[in-house]
Amino acid sequence: MNWQAVGAIYGFEMARFWRTAMQSILAPVISTSLYFVVFGAAIGSRVTAVDGVPYGLFIVPGLIMLSLLTQSIANASFGIYFPRFAGTIYEILSAPISPLEVVLGYVGAAASKSILIGLIILATAALFVPLRIEHPVWMLAFLLLTAVTFSLFGFVIGLWADGFEKLQLVPLLIVTPLTFLGGSFYAIDMLPPFWRALSLFNPVVYLISGFRWSFFGKADVSLGISLGMTCLFLTVCLGLVTWIFRTGYRLKS
Amino acid sequence: MAIIAISNLSKVYASGLVALKDVTLTIERGEIFALLGPNGAGKSTLINIVCGIVTPSAGTVTADGHDILGDYRAARRRIGLVPQELTTDAFETVWNTVSFTRGLFGLRKDPAHIERVLRDLSLWEKRDSRIMALSGGMKRRVLIAKALSHEPQILFLDEPTAGVDVALRQDMWRLVRRLRDQGVTVILTTHYIEEAEEMADRIGVIRRGQIILVEGKAELMRKLGRKQLSLQLQAPLAEVPPALAEHGLELAGDGHELIYTYDTKGERTGITGLLTALSTAGIRFSDLRTSQSSLEDIFVDLVKERA
Repeated sequence: MNWQAVGAIYGFEMARFWRTAMQSILAPVISTSLYFVVFGAAIGSRVTAVDGVPYGLFIVPGLIMLSLLTQSIANASFGIYFPRFAGTIYEILSAPISPLEVVLGYVGAAASKSILIGLIILATAALFVPLRIEHPVWMLAFLLLTAVTFSLFGFVIGLWADGFEKLQLVPLLIVTPLTFLGGSFYAIDMLPPFWRALSLFNPVVYLISGFRWSFFGKADVSLGISLGMTCLFLTVCLGLVTWIFRTGYRLKS
Repeated sequence: MAIIAISNLSKVYASGLVALKDVTLTIERGEIFALLGPNGAGKSTLINIVCGIVTPSAGTVTADGHDILGDYRAARRRIGLVPQELTTDAFETVWNTVSFTRGLFGLRKDPAHIERVLRDLSLWEKRDSRIMALSGGMKRRVLIAKALSHEPQILFLDEPTAGVDVALRQDMWRLVRRLRDQGVTVILTTHYIEEAEEMADRIGVIRRGQIILVEGKAELMRKLGRKQLSLQLQAPLAEVPPALAEHGLELAGDGHELIYTYDTKGERTGITGLLTALSTAGIRFSDLRTSQSSLEDIFVDLVKERA
């Protein structure tokens, strides 16, 4: 293993994160605060508790997942797309690095950034509602698993995209709607039967459900199914990345 | 001893474009090898295959005995690449981007080496500058610094002085010679024939994906170089007199100049016979000079001949 190279890529990507700290950290903190003001205080005060959990507290796991998903995808896709766009990818391709090491560097950095942002949002949430985390280890495990999975997904998007428009296409048109419809702000039990059944085809439902369980011990679907679906998505992303590096798709001619 | 051995290398892109056809070439350790060829000849494809950026369709390449595919880590560790395009991390500082490249090649941080490289390239004062604030020439130096950051044994320079001013070009030539003196093998592609003439030990000419010639520079100039004798006439001629036809003379300068081309490797230059014939024909000249064809002339002739 070329750990020096993994460290170089990881350090390079993290340096970019800190260089744009205002944008990287402040933006999610402000948007989370706004969600709490709008959904927690303004609307939440008129909504009864969900499964015995006050609404303001209920939306915390969903809000963290919302940011975790979008940040993981954005960081990882931009991280690998930008060198392709700027042409500096030649350095990565001509260095003595294996595909696994490249993925570890880029995906590791993207996942670290989004986990950091997730924890910052959690801390911000603590300013608005009294936090309760029943299974902190599982909470961290879901945070890590989701961040890695969606960073891998973002990495695939960054390799696939051949323009900035495509880079935004999947996150805007697919991921954000799926996240909003995945129970970020409601329990899927609250939906009519048809929409509830349809929601079960949304992979984000399982992520939010598992994550919410780690907070309140209550979930839309069982923990095992949540975990299984997350691992399945992780495996699919891993398979895609492996195929890309084997074939050189969009990387080598 | 060959440091790079390319054997029966071919590349056909997905579009069907045949970029390289059965190329076999060896680069000797410690030499400066110039690869010349018109645009689209396959120079960059050849370099990019050796460096791991393009996948070959057929053939093998070894760098210092290591196969570039089977033993890619060992092969790539020995190679530094300065690409043709000015591709840089615009928002990074010079120091960070050069250190990053060293890390990619699996080497520990060595601030002393990075400082040496930056000083050699007159980049030390700019070490904390963002790359986007640098001029084109400075960016080119940064690319060279990155390629040297991991102390490669083999350095590929793909059009190193394209768009670079004369002073910087000469700086780079000095740097390349110094690297050669330190034992680094340098392979460069260039459009500036004078660059190859100035620096290269050996020259390869590539055309339509095929190597059409590989020769030591001095040998090439000797073999293919031609000399010309120009005679300034006292009185202009309307045409070359029939008596002088056998000498293959050309009339130039509105009839004031006779040009005689001869082969430097020939046993007889024919100059004595020509001068005698001129005297017999009563043609007097006021001045004469000789000139030798440059590498550029040879290159143009070569490419023309094979067209």
